[in-house]
Amino acid sequence: MRVELREISKSFGPVRANDGISLVVEGGTIHGILGENGAGKSTLMKILSGFLAPDRGQILVDGVPVRVASPADAVRLGIGMLHQDPLDFPTLTLLDNFLLGAPGRVAPDRRRARDQLMALAAEFGFTLNPDVLCGTLTVGERQQLEILRLLWLGVKVLILDEPTTAISPSQRARLFAALRAMARQGRVILFVSHKLEEVQELCDRVTVLRQGRVAGEVSMPCETRHLVHLMFGQPLPPSGRGRAPLGPPVLELVQVTATDGRLTLERVSLVLRAGEVVGLAGLEGSGQRVLLHACAGLLRPVRGRILVRGVDMTGQPYARFRRAGIAYVPAGRLEEGLIPGLTLVEHVALQDSRGSAFIDWRTARESATHRIAEFNIRGTPETLVEDLSGGNQQRALLALLPPHLSVLLLEHPTRGLDVESSEDVWRRLLERRSRGTAIVFSSSDLDELLERSDRILVFVGGRVASPLDARTASAEKLGELIGGTGL
Amino acid sequence: MVYAVLGETLAERAGVINLSLDGLILLSAMAAFAAARASHLLVAGMATAMAVGAVAGLVVAVSSLTLRQNQVATGFVLTLLCQHLAYVVGNPIAHLPGPQVPHLAVPVLARWPGAGPVLFDQDPLVYLSFLLIGGVWWYMFKTQPGLVLRGIGERPEAAYARGVPVIRLRYLYAIAGGALVGLGGAAFSLDVKPGWSRPYGVEGTGWIALAIVIFGNWHPIRGAAGAYLFLLLQTLANTLQGLMPSVPTQVFPTLPFPLMILTLLLVTVGNSPAVARLLDRLPAPFRRRALHALRALETSPPAALGTPFEPE
Amino acid sequence: MTPGALASSRRPLRGIASGSLSVVLTLAFGAIVLRALGASPLEAYRLIFAGAFGTPERLSYVLTAWAPLLLCTAGLLMTFRGGLWNIGVEGQVVLGAIAATGLLRGLGHALPPALALGLAAAGAAAGGAAWGTLAGALRTHGHVNEIFGGLGLNFVASSLSVYLVLGPWARPGIASTSGTLPFPPALWLPTVRISAVNVPGEVLLGLAGVALVQVVLSGTPFGLQLKAVGRSARAAYLRGVPNTRVTLAAFAACGALAGLAGFVLLTSTYSRHQLFPLISGGYGFLGILVVLLANFSAPATLPISLFFALISAGSLQLPLVMQLDSSVGGLIESLLVLLVLLLGGLQARLDRRR
Repeated sequence: MRVELREISKSFGPVRANDGISLVVEGGTIHGILGENGAGKSTLMKILSGFLAPDRGQILVDGVPVRVASPADAVRLGIGMLHQDPLDFPTLTLLDNFLLGAPGRVAPDRRRARDQLMALAAEFGFTLNPDVLCGTLTVGERQQLEILRLLWLGVKVLILDEPTTAISPSQRARLFAALRAMARQGRVILFVSHKLEEVQELCDRVTVLRQGRVAGEVSMPCETRHLVHLMFGQPLPPSGRGRAPLGPPVLELVQVTATDGRLTLERVSLVLRAGEVVGLAGLEGSGQRVLLHACAGLLRPVRGRILVRGVDMTGQPYARFRRAGIAYVPAGRLEEGLIPGLTLVEHVALQDSRGSAFIDWRTARESATHRIAEFNIRGTPETLVEDLSGGNQQRALLALLPPHLSVLLLEHPTRGLDVESSEDVWRRLLERRSRGTAIVFSSSDLDELLERSDRILVFVGGRVASPLDARTASAEKLGELIGGTGL
Repeated sequence: MVYAVLGETLAERAGVINLSLDGLILLSAMAAFAAARASHLLVAGMATAMAVGAVAGLVVAVSSLTLRQNQVATGFVLTLLCQHLAYVVGNPIAHLPGPQVPHLAVPVLARWPGAGPVLFDQDPLVYLSFLLIGGVWWYMFKTQPGLVLRGIGERPEAAYARGVPVIRLRYLYAIAGGALVGLGGAAFSLDVKPGWSRPYGVEGTGWIALAIVIFGNWHPIRGAAGAYLFLLLQTLANTLQGLMPSVPTQVFPTLPFPLMILTLLLVTVGNSPAVARLLDRLPAPFRRRALHALRALETSPPAALGTPFEPE
Repeated sequence: MTPGALASSRRPLRGIASGSLSVVLTLAFGAIVLRALGASPLEAYRLIFAGAFGTPERLSYVLTAWAPLLLCTAGLLMTFRGGLWNIGVEGQVVLGAIAATGLLRGLGHALPPALALGLAAAGAAAGGAAWGTLAGALRTHGHVNEIFGGLGLNFVASSLSVYLVLGPWARPGIASTSGTLPFPPALWLPTVRISAVNVPGEVLLGLAGVALVQVVLSGTPFGLQLKAVGRSARAAYLRGVPNTRVTLAAFAACGALAGLAGFVLLTSTYSRHQLFPLISGGYGFLGILVVLLANFSAPATLPISLFFALISAGSLQLPLVMQLDSSVGGLIESLLVLLVLLLGGLQARLDRRR
């Protein structure tokens, strides 16, 4: 079994996501695809699994060129992909999920399928209950189910896209053991990740992608330094953090317990001072969002108190929090932050003209033009926000914030942005910081957390470890805490 | 009625809302009657009605799946269109007699005391509807294609990733669902209320059918139960009519409609956060019981209902 | 559910082309249907035309039909802006008529006509607004989809009107479904004479309604907030828009305008001047068609609603002369909108392919 990608290229408008990528993977090995966010890993795998069609290039299986025009083709060729968020059906049971899409008779033999599912699960050390609804499982368990399903269907090429992002360390160990076993059976395993340590631990060979191209291909074991060099080109100079004197406390959480229906954040206490930058670290969905929402006034805590500049604001409506100078910038720029279908000037008018009978479009337009210039947004007041690029959308979000804020809460402020835009975003955030605004931000980029925060709070499954001082923390320590081993 | 509910359940489970039910029932009823009258064949009438329903389903499918238009808009316009078309084309045959589905009692069982006459002393269309309820249930929950059906309405991306031709199947179910609704229309004009007139008297049932689909939580058996419940309410209203002659006659037939809305309110209210807070204040044993009751009533639509699916 | 924008091509020429094609196809389909019924399409179309334009009196009649349609359309423009499908508009019209009837019956004798009419109009608006708010509240607080909530309320309103007409407000002597006792001419709306045509006062009311809505939607903070809620309720909320209040206000506003339509249906020159079942006459739903066809643009609704009023008024001749059901008009109207929807989607798809 042998899979080859030859000169694969794919562009999205001006962005070249994949540029002439070639690689060969032999059966029986675990091949790592390593690269930073935005290096082109996901695009490449989507092409291989049939979700996207390449602009140029070929895919060969066992030396024969094949066309993978849709996921159905991929299924037929024996190529299966495990997505970061497994594509399953939350309202159906495990067994139903297992069965759905399997070729075969009209009336499936459920008992036999159930037995086979249990047998496979036992073989790999997974404990799964076939009659539970899929939506109640953790990400790790859903992954396990998906792997078993793909195995059951006889997958020959298994692609895993960032599988360890949201699973516990014990689940991770089981996953890796299962992958090794599957490789021994002769299958091709492609392991896509941006986590160096895991790739080093698991893979036999590694292809490193950078900016859409193959930066290099190495066999394991390999020196970390070499891998880092391939991933980044050269180590980035750390930008000066700058130190601002901390002011009085602006936000205080006292033993706050809050829940968003799915996850409960237990007893968090935090004192946030003016001019402080606090980073929220942890796997996706570990409670950072709940904290941000509670601080913003969007969630009412079940227990505990929230004090804003000494005033008890627990349970107050969202509007009050906003008036108190607390702003929340969500991660979904077009889903939650900006209103698609509205232009920039309309966004400005929306918040500036509250209370008056008529909208003063002239003033709004002037204000919009001014902000566009000041924040370097590539667009005009009449531009629809959905037509802006990601970086410009983020700038727009920042531009729409009121000039004086006590607390600025940001969710993944630089997600999906290139280095230049990220730098720009942080420049403006730090500028606010120097004027006394306290900043709380969540991120999955360890470097960003270490570089920008004064303190880091690590979230694991709804609990918060006591804050790390970012200056003295190391990346390994942070990674361990996030993975749950360092506690 | 049962036909309409079953048909729409199928379509909506696949993710397609066909809002044109009300007009469609009218149109297919008229078409069935016209065809049956012209050909003197009941079957022709039923087939025509199903064809009309299928075409309507096709229009909704094309408009929303291929042309990416809003399903609510298309369905709404279509319902008016079908209604007008039914009146216009049906005008010449209004108030005329025509063929009717004959009674067909099952020999021994019909004389069972109690349920016997109700279940077995009916006509073929009714028997077919019984079979269909069971059939649709079996299909949806016991077979592989039925499983796929549930999947594409829930999370089409996941189905697509498993190689399922989502759009093709959605078309299929929209058309099939429409055909079933058409059969329901035929049932009216050839069985329940033979003939045709303007106004026909079935106006409004389509909307109720849509509500019943929701009430039935998109489950064929529960939906059918809802349909029977509604008809029961209607008959009750008519009997009450006789008991209270002072109240004008027109009031009672319309009563079941707002009642239906009320029941909808009941089943959806469980989702609101205000109710959740209210429940929190109840003492523990009450709360548990209330929660159970609400959960039993709870409805949740197929997650991808009404949303377009884009393979990229 | 947000009414997704009809695939509006940003090139007006394209729009006109597809619009014309839709008209042609509609007329062609209509012709086929008419032929199948043994009627002459040309004759039918000519009748509709004559029925609308034939005499100056007929034209006034068209204008009378135009007014309630304008008012409903104006209201619906608001709810559609907010992403709401206010199917309950029919019930709101009925409630307005009921409220106006009640007030006129009670005060018609006691007060000078102008004042009575004014109060009745206000009452109608209030009644419609209340009914609209009810539908809105069902959605915001009961999580009942506004389509079904509106429908249910429509039926309730209809039952209520039937009850009133046959019960407490029945004509003395004979209670019949033809309606309550007609109001004396003093309580009719005045007309304004412009050249040879009697322009009914209510037309001015309708035009004012649409103009008012346009001003509110494009020039007031409320209008912008409504637009925001319609596009992305979550983002609007995060930006500080009071979603619930805005939504309910939109329902109330639409209800008020629809209620006024009910008032107009009761008191305009050519009306029957009595409350009767089905007084709303489908104007509400027709208004939805108008707004869809106009692609939610207020200025475009003016000619379109006039066009529909012409067709509706004109096709009333058909049953009398040609033994055709008057729904031919409705058929043309709804088919036109459907074709525009379909062609618009087709155009967008072709655009995407390019």
